[in-house]
Formats: sequence, structure tokens, C-alpha cells
Amino acid sequence: MIRAWTDNRERINDAIDEQFKRVFKAMHKFITSCGATCIFFAQSLRLVFKGPFRWDEIIRHMEFIGNRSVLIIAMTSVFTGMALSYQIFLGFVKVNATNLVGPTVGMGILRELGPVLTGLMVAARAGGAMAARLGTMRVSEQIDALEVMGIDSKQYLVAPRILAAVITVPMLCAIFDFMAMMGAHFMSITVLGMDEAIFWDKIALWLNPGDVYQGLFKAAVFGVCFATICSNRGFNASGGAKGVGEATNQGVVNSMVLIIILNFFLTNFIRFFYVAMGWR
Amino acid sequence: MSEAISEQKASVIAAIQIKDLRKSFDGGKDFVLNGVNLEIPKGLVTCIIGFSGTGKSVLLKHILGLIKPTSGTIEILGKDISGMDMDQLIKMRTRLGVLFQYAALFDDMSVMDNVTFPIKEHKKEMKLTEMEAIAKKKLAQVGLDEKHFHKLPSELSGGMRKRVGLARALALDPEIILYDEPTTGLDPILAEVVDDLILETHKAHAGSTSVVISHDLFAAFRISDYIVMLDKGGVLLAGKPDDFLKSDNALIKKFLSKGLKQG
Repeated sequence: MIRAWTDNRERINDAIDEQFKRVFKAMHKFITSCGATCIFFAQSLRLVFKGPFRWDEIIRHMEFIGNRSVLIIAMTSVFTGMALSYQIFLGFVKVNATNLVGPTVGMGILRELGPVLTGLMVAARAGGAMAARLGTMRVSEQIDALEVMGIDSKQYLVAPRILAAVITVPMLCAIFDFMAMMGAHFMSITVLGMDEAIFWDKIALWLNPGDVYQGLFKAAVFGVCFATICSNRGFNASGGAKGVGEATNQGVVNSMVLIIILNFFLTNFIRFFYVAMGWR
Repeated sequence: MSEAISEQKASVIAAIQIKDLRKSFDGGKDFVLNGVNLEIPKGLVTCIIGFSGTGKSVLLKHILGLIKPTSGTIEILGKDISGMDMDQLIKMRTRLGVLFQYAALFDDMSVMDNVTFPIKEHKKEMKLTEMEAIAKKKLAQVGLDEKHFHKLPSELSGGMRKRVGLARALALDPEIILYDEPTTGLDPILAEVVDDLILETHKAHAGSTSVVISHDLFAAFRISDYIVMLDKGGVLLAGKPDDFLKSDNALIKKFLSKGLKQG
């Protein structure tokens, strides 16, 4: 073993060096990309509040992000609510605590699953389309054309998308919450035979409007997150159709990963904020 | 070369003046533009030619303010754009019109909407009917039939798209009209039609300056009053078409023999 190490020391050292280089290169790329996205976000955020407000564009994007996502949100939410309530029922029945199925499902959906799954679904559907659309506009010089016409391309293309996402994703999250609770109700009452009055009474007892608000707040943050990342990727796409494909893929994957990571920090931040304010 | 430039300088005022323009995309290791000094005369058709990869498109992007130079200055109509902020650039760009290589039409807008778009953005006080009247006039000027006005760009041929792109570039009556490889991808007959269109447009917009980026030497000689040849990130020769024919430079001779043979 020692002999093999000595004989191949140089090769092993080179291989380790290569791995380190690869890791540092990836880290450098990741940090650079995060920095570029943050700068892009700061520039776009400034433009969101700067006129002219392009209401027709904002409404058009709200329709695209929101209206066209309602069906997939409704479908995923109903089945999520049903599956979650069934699993919780199976766990709680062992400790004879089925009365708490309603509030546990409610808490999970309103605080976590509602905003996260809504964010993920919309990032995959609307975010991907956003990155692809802007990427195509970039490689076909349509963004350059906008700029040489004396139009701020970020103000025209990105700001309305971010604003539309901030307004629309919480609305979709509210739909998700409602439909998921309906799914949970159907599963718990109709299928599992739980008492309807106890189910809703416990929900009313254990949950409060703050649970809904924090979910909607998270959804708004996720909306900003996916709209910024996907717009940034599309806006800076290069290299023809291949570049557009890569931008779309990166936009969707990065948004999804960030939504999940951000959710953890937001949960802790909101909890800290609630405790600091003396709320439950 | 210097004689030609000084002769030109004496007779006309520059619409675009570029001084010692350098651009590197890799932190100074390699320069795409390496000290470009150039004056594009006002009121004439100028053609910027050169082999592929000599920096023609990068130069165009600098003129349009889409890229910031590593060093040097670019004066458009007497104003240095290299240090301008976005708001100042936006104002300046309304004085320029650009026909992109593949027209760059907005694919979700009809022909009419594409042409009225810059007017809607910059002349908000105008009524829609007035905007449409201007758009119709510009579309007629580039020879596009009314039956195409409500079509989407995807329903048009390459030549028609270029016409719409030119009509859109002319919508705000720009002082400088830039054409990026206007005949690329077109058959020789259509390329000639586009060349004629450039000349007609230039005549119709009295006092305007036209700048054509091209590698089509035949077209350059047909339409230009002034030609600039780029090589290795710098200006190889700038002058009247005759100056090129008289030149002893081996590279120019090679470019001329190949280009004119193809034409």
C-alpha cells in the first residue's frame, strides 16, 4: 500500500490538485453567478418602483403567471392535502391523537407546503417560460433592438415580470392552501370517517391568521426569487438555441434549489420575528 | 490613407468620431478593437467592411452604446457616449435607427405594432391614428404592401422582415441609420433590392447619415460614398471607393480581388 502510494505519488497529487481546482472553479462560478443575480435583482428592483409603470405588461404577465397556473396548482394541492392528511392520520392513530390531524395538516400546508410547492410549481412552469422567452429575445437581438430604440430593456422586460410574480404567487398560494385543505377535508371526513366538527374546530383552535400570512409572505419572496433568477438567466443567454436551453434549465433548477434553501431561513426569520413581537 | 482621411475631414463634418477605441473581453490579454481612430462623415453612406472576426460587429455595438469601451472615446453627433449613463444613452439612441442582421422584429407583435412601437414609447402625446399613419407611411416607403400590415413576423419572408425592420428603424426619423450586415442570408437579387432600398432611404431622409456594416464588397462599392476597412482590430484604410482601387496594400488587393469576383 505504502509502496503503491510512493510509486504513484505524483499522479495522486495531480489528481487531488485537479479535484481541488474543479471544486474551487465551481465555487467561483457559483459565487460569481450569485453576485451577478444580486446585482441584476438590485437593478431590477429599482426599476420596479421607477416609472413609467407598464400596467398592460404587468397585467399580461400576471395573467400568464397566475391565471394559467391555476389548474396545475389546484390539482397538485388537492392531492397533496389528501396524501398529507392520510399520512398524518396513520401516524396519529397510533397514539390516539386523530383529533389533531386537522391542525397539523393545516399548519403544514399554510406555513410550509403551500408556499414551497406553489413556488416550485410556478418556477417550473412560468419561470422556465420566462427564461426561454427572454433568452430567445436576447439571441435574436430583440433585446438589443429595444435598447437601441431608446427603451430600457430591463424596465420593459424584467420589472413587470418581477412585479407580476410578487402579486400573483401569493394569490396562487392562497388557492393552493384552500384546495389542499379541501383535499384534506375530503380525505379525513369522507374517506377516513373522522368527525367534521372536531376536524374544523381544532383547526380554528390551533391555527390563526398569522399562519396564513407567513405562507403568503413566503410565496411573495419565492415569486421575486424565481422571477429574478429566470429573467437574469434568460436576459444574459448567449450562444443560440443551445444557450437558450441552458439558460432555461439553469433558471428553473437554480430557482427551485433556492426556494427550498430560502424556505428554511425564512421559516427561522419569521419564527424569530413572531417571538420578538410577542405573537404565538 | 492619411491623405484620403484629411481630404475627407476638410470637406465634411463627422457624424461619428471614434478616438483610440480599444476593447478587450478578457481583462486586457487580447484586444478585439485595438486603437480604432475613425471619423464617419455626416450626410453620406459609409460602409464598414472587413474579413470575419475583424471587429465590425463589436464596433457597431460600441457606436450603439451596447458595449462600454475598455479605453477611448466615441462621439455621436458631437456627444461622447462612452461616459453616458443609461438615461443619457436612451435619449441619444432615439437619434439613431438600426436595421439588425435578422431584422430583430418582436415576434409577438404584428408588422404594424412593430413599427408603431418606438413611436408609442417616445411620442406618447400622439394619437394612435397619427402613429399608425406614420407607420403606414414608413412601411410604404420601404415597399411593403398593406396586406402584410397585420401579419406576424413569422409569416413574412426574410426580405419582407428586413423591410419591416427598416421601417421600424425609420419610425422616429433618425439622424443616423445603421445597417448591420443587411444583405447577409439573402439571394443576390434580393441583396441588390436591399442595397437599392438603402440608397432610396438615404435619399428620402435628407441630411441623414447611413452606416452599413458589411463584408459584401460589391455592395459596398455600389452604395458607399465612403468606405472604412477594418483589420486586426484597427482601421486599415478609410476613404472614397477610388482610394481602395488605387491602394497598393496587399490585403486590400486580396480582399478586392476575392470580393469583386464574388460580386
